[in-house]
Amino acid sequence: MSGNIFYKSVAELEKMLDAGEISSEELTKEYISRTRSVDGKVQAQLSNYEDSALAAARASDARRAHGEKRGALDGIPVGLKDVLAVRGQKLTCASKMLENYVSPYTGTAMSKLEKAGAVFWGRLNLDEFAMGSSCENSAFKKTRNPWDLTRAPGGSSGGSAAAVAAGECACALGSDTGGSIRQPASFCGVVGVKPTYGLVSRFGLAAFASSLDQIGPFARTVEDAAILLGAIAGWDAKDSTSVKVDVPDYRASLSEGSLKGKVVGVPKEYFIEGIDQQVRAAVESGIDLCAKLGAEIRQISLPHTDLALPVYYIIATAEASSNLARYDGMRYTHRSARATDSTDLYFKSRAEGFGEEVKRRIILGSYVLSSGYYDAYYLRAQQVRTLIRADFGKAFEDVDVIVTPTSPTTAFKIGERASDPLSMYLSDIFTINVNLAGLPGLSVPCGFSSEGLPIGLQMIGRPFDEANLLSYAHAFERAAGICDRHPESSLL
Amino acid sequence: MEYEAVIGLEVHVQLKTKTKLFTDVAYRFGAGPNELTDEVVWALPGVLPVINREAVLKTIKAGLMFGCKIPELTKWDRKNYFYPDSPKNYQLSQYDMPLCVGGEVEIELPGKNASQMGEHRKVKLTRIHLEEDVGKLTHHVSDSLVDYNRAGVPLMEIVSEPDMHTAEEVFAYLNALKTCISFAGISDCDMEKGQMRADVNISVRRKGETKLGVKVEMKNMNSPSNVKDCVEYEIGRQIDCLTRGEPLVQETRRWDVQQGVTQSMRTKEMAHDYRYFPDPDLMPAKISASLVEKLRSELPEIPFDRQRRYMSDYSLPYSVTSVICHDRELCEFFEAALKAYSGNPKAVANFIANDLLRELSELSAAESETEGAEPEKASAGACGGAEGVSGRFAGCKMTPENLAGLVRVIDGGQISKQMAKEVFCQMFRSGETAESIIDSKGLRQNSDSSEIEKFCLDAMSNNQKAIDEYKAGNAKAINALIGPVMKQSKGKANPGMVLEILKKLIK
Repeated sequence: MSGNIFYKSVAELEKMLDAGEISSEELTKEYISRTRSVDGKVQAQLSNYEDSALAAARASDARRAHGEKRGALDGIPVGLKDVLAVRGQKLTCASKMLENYVSPYTGTAMSKLEKAGAVFWGRLNLDEFAMGSSCENSAFKKTRNPWDLTRAPGGSSGGSAAAVAAGECACALGSDTGGSIRQPASFCGVVGVKPTYGLVSRFGLAAFASSLDQIGPFARTVEDAAILLGAIAGWDAKDSTSVKVDVPDYRASLSEGSLKGKVVGVPKEYFIEGIDQQVRAAVESGIDLCAKLGAEIRQISLPHTDLALPVYYIIATAEASSNLARYDGMRYTHRSARATDSTDLYFKSRAEGFGEEVKRRIILGSYVLSSGYYDAYYLRAQQVRTLIRADFGKAFEDVDVIVTPTSPTTAFKIGERASDPLSMYLSDIFTINVNLAGLPGLSVPCGFSSEGLPIGLQMIGRPFDEANLLSYAHAFERAAGICDRHPESSLL
Repeated sequence: MEYEAVIGLEVHVQLKTKTKLFTDVAYRFGAGPNELTDEVVWALPGVLPVINREAVLKTIKAGLMFGCKIPELTKWDRKNYFYPDSPKNYQLSQYDMPLCVGGEVEIELPGKNASQMGEHRKVKLTRIHLEEDVGKLTHHVSDSLVDYNRAGVPLMEIVSEPDMHTAEEVFAYLNALKTCISFAGISDCDMEKGQMRADVNISVRRKGETKLGVKVEMKNMNSPSNVKDCVEYEIGRQIDCLTRGEPLVQETRRWDVQQGVTQSMRTKEMAHDYRYFPDPDLMPAKISASLVEKLRSELPEIPFDRQRRYMSDYSLPYSVTSVICHDRELCEFFEAALKAYSGNPKAVANFIANDLLRELSELSAAESETEGAEPEKASAGACGGAEGVSGRFAGCKMTPENLAGLVRVIDGGQISKQMAKEVFCQMFRSGETAESIIDSKGLRQNSDSSEIEKFCLDAMSNNQKAIDEYKAGNAKAINALIGPVMKQSKGKANPGMVLEILKKLIK
């Protein structure tokens, strides 16, 4: 076990807090000082609220002292991707458009975490409005991969992944529209979960693409992810797309599950040319490990896989073009000082407030929705989306879980793909299908490249079957035995 | 050359719901700027809409009243456009799967005079859908202000076919909509409060032609009679243009109330591309057949059906039913009174159509001078329990049962019709029963024949001349005897009985 407290799992920290070995206030101060010492290099945080974090920590300590502990997260410092609304905290979406915006309300998932006693520590960087795969599209800073500071942490939730990997918080929330939790988790060597669409309320998540977005956890271990997911999941009257399902105790069901006797599907379309050889090797040995744990490995086909990328970029941009229309210079956003009239105010505020990638996607999305093109693009994309979903439905008749690489490569160099949007889009090629199908997916570390970069293995489950999915990942993680490795050398 | 106008209406009706369409902020008329808002109304980052079930049910009810089909599946769409009155820069509306499809509205054209029923016909509807209202902009010299109180208020859009041809039809159509919708408690349809707004599309063509002429859209009319005047003017203007050989342009025109003319607002440039698409934040909704049947069973009687029933069942004259049957509260008052006393529906109806209505309007005239900032106060009116009571019954203390009691004592000969009017006014203001007013004021008619006979004999003994004249054939001479009898009885002697007894005694 590592001696550094900031690398301990939530489960370990809970024990220490319960035993009185450390207080939440001390723990929070540990993360504050850790952040001070490494975030200058990692650049994961956009802002933080030290006073309110310490106040929350002290309140937690008082509860524990009175025997009123609220659960595993009570007193645990949790980072938040800067698209998640907390009353009184900035909500910038890493955009100049919302540079000075402070949310007057708290979203459902965050309010659940508050009720569970969590301490919010740090608002974490992302690609502007969650559009990107490297965190380079942030208007404010470029987050570094803690394993190699010249590399990107992935994106869009790169700040969340990097902060957890660098020990700046115990765990974090991100959001995943096309891989924005799983890909950075894989790049940074942490666990990331994209829940089934509808499991976690989106109320309080600044929307990118409403039919694809989900909030989900980043954590050091699958158990921690299970704890965090359990705290935020559940139907919410404020989100019409949230689903009324029972939320089982994910953490408790981890020990019950194993891969023994389970059928692991390996889609042939995911092991294509262009995939990094070291990634392929690590994932293949991960699959071998599943077999050793008693799983039956079966090759399957998801025939519409290659259509996912175009379908995704039509649906996601169409929804984004409309979702981002509210950022207009009129009420709470950046407002251009150079506008001559109200129409000009729209043009200039948006021209100044949005970054390149956001503009690119708004233009693309407006185009595919425009009259005369709607049927050819948006409607057609929705039809193909149904086919992609059906592929998975059919596959899950025969298999219990689908295993793929999370991303075709390990973390790439900062700047390497920045000028080529298409190559950047390809980074999500294995994750976007899961969003289009609305399924739960997670990334769990399965190895390291020769350069010492983490490699993630993606597990995809049946809708609302997170309990089993997490238990498979938990079994895999224990057998792989690599979650004790930390990126310490690069951070010194 | 003969021309005909072809007219279709898009009528927006604000639904009377407890809260807005997609969030639980309450809506009321007359609140301070931006008081009725929350994070959803402001479209802050991260908010989501949740559909107001009450609004959906009320729209379906409206559809059922007009015989619309209610499709099994409905959905909400985003209408994208940038304008400061729309906080999201898209409006939630229904594009191709509205809640209600087809249907028709029965209208009544003016009759020859007030006591004659006019011609009835049916105006075809295209659809009814549900959408959200937008905010209100006020423009000043150097800036514009926006008030989002109205933003997100549920708005039902009733689209008619181009199925009307005259201003009278349009007027009758608006009145029919208003009557039906307010009867069902769906909206008060007060055009002056913006609860009902009409966009009127007018084109003119040569009679006999089947192709539609150039369409002009009319806006900015805030009462049914405004609409009527505007349509009349616009039809005339278009026919004049065609007669002079001037081409008409497709445009939007506004009604200038002061000058009584329409003025061009904007010509149709390129059609707006609203980039409609299904709102991914809201799920499509299934409307079950059992829900539709349940709502159908809750519908009030269609006002015209009720009117026909009153005329045939109670033999009420058209003129009285045309007053009562367009007003749900009056109908309910009438029917409640009939429940208490069914002996004389006509008298009850007359009291309602004349006396009650007069008292109510006097009351509201007096109240409007002292009206406070809270006009939507809950009604404690006589028709309590009815959805859609406007509160104008609040000052009326008379119950329907009390009115029934009044008619009963009149029919029983206990007071004269003359006195009944007076008693009515006091009942309206005090809430007392007819009986108690008659007793406390000693107004009861004296129908004690032996006492009246005594008075008559007294009168006869003092006026032999009148007796002789009457006997000689001058029937009027008897009046000279009646006077003293009434005087002696302090006006309470039953006049009919007095006459009868005198006649008998003189013989």
